[in-house]
Order: sequence, then C-alpha cells, then structure tokens
Amino acid sequence: MLEQLIDLMNRLNVNMLNWLPEAASTYAQAIDEVFYIIYIITGLAFLLVTVLMFWFLLQFKARPGRRARYSHGNVALELIWTIVPTLVFLGIFFYSQSTWSIIKYPSEFPESDVQVRVVAKQFAWEFHYPGPDGEFDTDDDKMFDGDLYVPVNKVVGLMLRGSDVIHSFFVPEFRLKQDILPRRDIPAWFNATKTGRFEAPCAELCGPGHSGMKGWVNVYDDAEYQAWVAEQWPPAPVEEAPVDTGAGKTDQEDMPQGDVPLQDDVDQMDPGDSGQADIVE
Amino acid sequence: MSESSVATHAGHHREGFVKHYFFSLDHKMIGRQFLFTGLFMLVIGGLLAMMVRWQLGYPEEPLPFMGGFSEDFWDGESWWAQTAPFGIVTSEFYNTLFTMHATIMIFFVVMPIMVGGFGNFLIPICIGAKDMAFPVLNMLSYWTFVPGVLLMLLSFFVPGGAAGGGWTNYAPLAAVPDYAGVEGHWGVTLWCISLFIIGFSSLMGSINYITTIINMRAPGMTLFRMPLTVWSLFIVAILLLLALPVLTSALAMMVFDRMFGTHFFIPDGGGEPLLWQHLFWFFGHPEVYILVLPAMGVTSDVLAVFARKPIFGYRAMVYSMCAIALLSWVVWGHHMFQSGMDPVLGTAFTLTTMLIAVPSAIKTFNWLGTLWGSSIRFTTPMWFALGFVSLFTIGGLSGIFMASTPVDIFIHDTYYIVAHIHYVVAGIIFGIFAGLYFWFPKMFGRMMSETLGKLHFLFTFVFFNLTFFPMHFLGVGGHMRRIYNPTQYEFLQPWQEMNTFITMMALCLGASQIFFVINFIGSLFWGRRAEDNPWEANTLEWDAPSPPPHGNFLEDPVVYRGAYEYSSPEVEEDWLPQSVYLETAVAGPEGHD
Ligand code: HEM
Ligand SMILES: [Cu+2]
Ligand SMILES: [Cu+2]
Repeated sequence: MLEQLIDLMNRLNVNMLNWLPEAASTYAQAIDEVFYIIYIITGLAFLLVTVLMFWFLLQFKARPGRRARYSHGNVALELIWTIVPTLVFLGIFFYSQSTWSIIKYPSEFPESDVQVRVVAKQFAWEFHYPGPDGEFDTDDDKMFDGDLYVPVNKVVGLMLRGSDVIHSFFVPEFRLKQDILPRRDIPAWFNATKTGRFEAPCAELCGPGHSGMKGWVNVYDDAEYQAWVAEQWPPAPVEEAPVDTGAGKTDQEDMPQGDVPLQDDVDQMDPGDSGQADIVE
Repeated sequence: MSESSVATHAGHHREGFVKHYFFSLDHKMIGRQFLFTGLFMLVIGGLLAMMVRWQLGYPEEPLPFMGGFSEDFWDGESWWAQTAPFGIVTSEFYNTLFTMHATIMIFFVVMPIMVGGFGNFLIPICIGAKDMAFPVLNMLSYWTFVPGVLLMLLSFFVPGGAAGGGWTNYAPLAAVPDYAGVEGHWGVTLWCISLFIIGFSSLMGSINYITTIINMRAPGMTLFRMPLTVWSLFIVAILLLLALPVLTSALAMMVFDRMFGTHFFIPDGGGEPLLWQHLFWFFGHPEVYILVLPAMGVTSDVLAVFARKPIFGYRAMVYSMCAIALLSWVVWGHHMFQSGMDPVLGTAFTLTTMLIAVPSAIKTFNWLGTLWGSSIRFTTPMWFALGFVSLFTIGGLSGIFMASTPVDIFIHDTYYIVAHIHYVVAGIIFGIFAGLYFWFPKMFGRMMSETLGKLHFLFTFVFFNLTFFPMHFLGVGGHMRRIYNPTQYEFLQPWQEMNTFITMMALCLGASQIFFVINFIGSLFWGRRAEDNPWEANTLEWDAPSPPPHGNFLEDPVVYRGAYEYSSPEVEEDWLPQSVYLETAVAGPEGHD
C-alpha cells in the first residue's frame, strides 16, 4: 500500500522524500516509513485546504447584487473538523511511539556486539574502544580521532560523553541523532546495514568551529572488520606480557593516515582570525 | 469628521511636540511608538538575514558592495574591518548574525508591533474605552523597552561582538564565556540584560491590557462580543504575564553563571545544562503562541470584514485560542526530544503536541468556513490575511512532522526546522501587514495605495515561498541549521546550488519590501484622507474619527451586538456596526451576540 503511494508520488513528481540520504541502518527504514505516512497525510490536508481556498476565492468574489450568506457557523461541520484531526493526530502519535521507543528507550535497546565511547569536544569527535578486554579505561583502550570503525549488520552500542558544551552526534544515513551533554553519558545504538564511509557531523551549535565539526563512520564487512581489529590489537605474544606496553604511545600514530578531515576544515574555513585554530588545539 | 480633526490638531499644539510624540500618555501614540520601533528593527533584522543568506549561498565570498572600501580601510582598526575582514563573514560573525536575526525578529519586531503596537492602539478603542487603565504604566512600558533595544544594538560593538549562541543560547556554550571562542564576554551578557529589561516592559503592558479588557469595556460589550483581535491580545497578555517571569529568572541565572561564579547551568560545578533548556522552552513555547495568536486574531477580523460574512464559529475560535493557551504550557519538551531528556518524557510531550495541533486545525477550517458563501473584496489587507492562512497551514502541517518523535530524530536541528519556523513566525509578518494595511487609515488618517499594496503582496508572497519552501528539501537532505559553511560537508555538496538559489530568492524577498516602504512613507504624508469607516466594518474603532482624538470617541459608544454582523438580514447594507441601535432588533445591550 505504502509502496504504491510512493510510486504514485514519484510519478507525479511530488515525492520530496526522495532527497532523504540513503537509509543505511535498521531503524532508518522504520523512521522513513513514519516520515512517509505523515508526508502523505499532511500532503492531503494541504491539498484539501488549498483546493478549497482557491475554489472559494474564485467562486465567491464580490459581485454586484449578490450578498454573502449570513451564517455564524455549523455545529455539525465544526464537530467533524475537530474530531477527525484529533483522531488522525492520535493515530500518528501511536504509530510514532512504537518506532521511538525501539530507537531511544534504553530499556528496549538490543544487546550490543560492539561498544564504543564517543567523546565530544570543541570541535571534534573522539572514538574510544575498550580493546580486547571489553572494559573501558584499561590499558588496551584505543582512541581514534574523527573515525569510527564498525562492522556491518552488528549492533553498535555508543556511550556519548561530553566534555565542554553540548554537541549532537548525527549520522544522516543512519537517521541517528543524539545530543551529547557535558559530564554525562548518554547511550545510543545503531545497526548499520550497508558498508561504506558515512559523514557524522555535529548537529548542535557548539561555538565558532561548529561548522566543520564532523567525523566519519567506517562500516566494514565482517572480514574487513576482523582484519582491522587484528591490526589495531595484535594478538598478544605468549602468556602474560606486561599489558602497559604501548599504552603511553599516542593513538594518533595508530590512526589510518591521510584522513584528519576535521583539523583541515576548521583551519581553512577561517579567513582572518586565528582565534579558533587555537581552540582546536 | 473635519470638526474632530480640528480638535485633535488643537490638542497637538496645546500639548507640545515632545510631550505629544515622545512622552505621550495616549494609548494610540504609544502604539505608534512601538510600531515605528518595530518597523525600524525589522529593517535591521532583515539586513542581518541577508548577510546570513549571503554566506550560505556564496560561502566566504566578500559581501556585495565591499569593493568600495580601500585597502587602508581593511588594514584599519574600524569595527567593520575587524568584524568582517575584507567583507567576508567570519564564522564568529556568522553565529552572531543568525543569533541576533532571530532575537531581533522575535523580541524586537513581532512582539513590539503585534503586542505593543496593535495591542496598544486597538484594545481600548475596540472595546469602546477612552484609554488604557494605567496610562502612565503604559508610557513606562515603552520607555522601558527603549533601553532594551539600545543595549541589544550596542552589543554588536562590544569586544567579541554580540551573542552568538543562537536565539536559544543553550548553556554551557552561553553560560561560560570562554567556550564562545571570542575575546570579550559582553555579547551574551548584554543579550541577557536586554531581554531581562524588555521582559519588564512586556509585563507592564500585559497587566495594563488585562485590566483594561476586564474593567473598561463599553456598555453592552460582553466578552463574547469582542472582536477576535482583542480576544487574542487578551489571551496573549495572560500568557506573557505567566511566561515572561520564567525567562526573566533564567536570564538572571545565566548572568550569575557568567559573571558571579554560580553554576546553575554548568555541570562542572554541579549545575545542569538541561535546566536552561527546560526553563527556556517553558517560556519559549508559550512565546511562539504569544507571537502567533495576535496574527490569528487580526486575520480573523480582516477575513470577516472583506468576506462580508460573520466569522465562522466565533465561539469555537475563542475556545480554540483558550485551548492553545492552556496546552502551550505542557508541550515545551518537544524542543528537547533529542536533548538527552528522558525519552519516556518525549513520548508524553508528543502526545500533548499532537493535541495542540487540533485547535490550530480548527482555526484553519473556520477561516475556510468564513470564505465559504462569502462575497469577497480583494483588498490588500485581505490578500495578506489570505497569505497568512496559507502560510500558517504549511507551518502547522510541518509541525506535525517534528511532533513525531522518530521523524524528529532526523529533522531536528536541520533546515526542516528553519522552514517550519519561517512559515509560522515569518508568516506572522503577513498578519502584521494585513493589520497595518487594514488599520493604517485609522492610525494615520490616510489611505495607503492599493496598487502598491497588491504589488507588495504579490512579490512578497511569491518570493517568500521560493525562499522558504525549498528549505524543507534541504532539511530532508539532512542539511544542518546554524552551520557556517555547508561546503565543508561532502554529503551537502549537491545542495549548494539550492543554497545559492535560496539566497537569490531571499535577496528578492528583501528587495520586494521597497513597495511597502514607498507606500507606507508616501501614504503617511500624501495619502488620500481616510473616512471614518473606509472598509465598512462593524467594530467600534471605525466609529471614531480617523485618526481618533484623545479619548477616542466623540460620544460614548454603546454596544448592541457582536463584531461580525456582516450581510445581516436585519439591514439593507451588508454591514451592521456594533454600536448601531435598531428599533426592530429583538434585544438591547444585553441581547444576543
Ligand atoms: C501546529 C502546531 C505546531 C506544532 C505541532 C509544532 C511543533 C514543533 C516542534 C515539535 C518543534 C521542535 C522541533 C525541533 O527542534 O526538532 C517546533 C519548533 C518550533 N516551532 Fe513549532 N509547532 C507548531 C506551531 C508553531 C507555531 C504556531 C509557531 C510560532 C508562531 C511555532 C514556532 C516554532 C519555532 C520558532 C520553533 C523552533 C525553535 C528553535 O529551535 O529555534 N510553531 N515546533
Ligand atoms: Cu559540536
Ligand atoms: Cu514549541
């Protein structure tokens, strides 16, 4: 049913939702569906109002000798246009609610396969991995500046942590957006359905470097992801090697090269003032 | 009529220029003062918007007309050379531009014109009173507003520039001066102080409006005979009285955080950033209805007059405004769905938000009902009122998308919101124009040019839609709001042409206002003299001379019926003023509405 309607809208060339970024997470589809339903309902309402209005304007232009109808209203009609919108809006509420709770209620989050901590600061994302021990804040943790690496078709659990001002983690293709508050951990999750490299901008105004604050989500297929993990955390050589080797090393060195989009962008965007390059460190 | 204008003029001379134009106690003059201040700020706010659009359409290219400055100028220390080096908008200045654009349009254009201007001018005269209940308080309300305006404008010139945290100025970005990344911390502080001050101005106004409407209605003017404009302003005054103290306290807390080391909103000292958002939006959502209700009232009145037909469902119109007023207290969380607020609360706020859309729908259908079977005179005010209805329809419908929590995940903080805001809030400007063209004859005693007025409407309506409708598309594409340079994002590259297009349309929209400026100023001095009741309308203000003298009416009006008796079978003409006594009428002053 929905598909036919979308098809019809496409043929009439009135499907503005064609411009949505491709849907690349499990719930992206679900969100788009609600989007479409509301688009159709409001589109019909808009059409109704517009057609009636044009009709009335053409039909009821003042003419000599004709007098307007002396009417103060019509209770039956008014009841109809009170009750029908109420029911429609309630319908939209219930329909929306099921999708919302799946995406955002922590109690309904799926079990995650990969856990990442996202730290937001003016004006960059940092992605922290717990390492093989699965525990954060241990020596095998690793931090990646601006790039998140995840496997496809796996549930990725995010813990969003702020440090300075409010930021918002936005991945358009995943239909994921969640504000990040300083000194708080806010959980979020996604399950990417497509491999590729997706831009992850900050969506909440966070200062002069807000524009250009972004990172990338790299979605790997299983084999690629395993290879990446093996590369980052080479299997420990025999027995109990002292764990702290390399802990002092900066993560920067381990980062895949040639891709520090953030710094570049921030620098280039400022024509005269050096103030903001300082903030970026 | 001529007698009365002689009397007014005599009044002018007796009073003295300064007393008459500056420290007047007359509600009509105070209304005009608010109106002119608001129109002046509209020009400023509009220019800021043009600069915002320029940067988005032509990122980091020098603003137009910058070639005229010499090399020496840009090397110099002047404010402009520092703020926009070589005419290029910096990211700091960009943040200031959109912050101040929104702040000015909301607090210094729509509120002063609608509430201060129309409220003052219309409330007493539409209910048959000679003036406001507290004329001195009324004057004080304007003169409290002025320093607020000056401080806000001054803030552009302090080191670091004016506030740049968005009109919502979320903490901690706005609460901790260092986070702003500019030298000088006065921008946001002055922003807070200025809004703090004009809050008092609005409070004085609202107390006055409420008292006047409750106590000073003419004999026979029951509440349910009041024109909807007065009803809307009455409800707005109540909302202002209850909402503004919340903003005022939040602003005070913000200033304390910034200057005196408190930590209301700063987590490092145990504060809570979301507290600011709750307080701001607890004020902020009633605020958006404070902005829109008067436009709804004006539109209803203008539609009825030029449809020559009673407003459809008068009581439903009143009750739906009351419902909006009540519900507007329990929907603020829809601005915070993605904020980190408990998502379960988000569910509750979606429900209330869906409910508040119902009265808006009722009003739209009632406007249509008013047109049905009418006899429409297509005057300039009518066109603007119709424009408001169609823009509000789009804005109301786009609200439904955002009220749906899952859809809001995607469109929150994108251009979809910007489109919504402008269809509702910038749409209010159509309500303002409808009111201005409609009451101009009463306010200034002269008619405006219909030809220029219609051209103004045509160009404004077309370019408005060409500017703001495509913003929905940007939003669907994921284009964030409040970003300085969209070309920094790969996924937004395909949208740059659209951004440039929108910028061109916005410039045309700005340029179209020249019709209004010429018409307004020209008519003020050279317009045809207006009769007392040029539109053949029913409400009491049209009984008074144009413009009305001190005390408004030549004889005290008595009201015999509701405001919308157009095309009544009781009389031959198609209008029947509220104050006309009919022998044949069944009821006297206490009779039917
Ligand atoms: C039909 C009823 C309406 C509904 C359901 C509605 C819904 C919403 C929602 C859910 C948001 C938050 C979106 C977000 O930030 O993600 C919003 C934002 C906004 N609405 Fe409405 N709205 C309605 C009518 C209005 C009216 C009448 C006005 C003003 C006159 C208005 C002005 C605004 C403004 C200014 C914002 C943006 C605030 C900001 O973030 O800067 N809305 N609306
Ligand atoms: Cu950010
Ligand atoms: Cu709201």
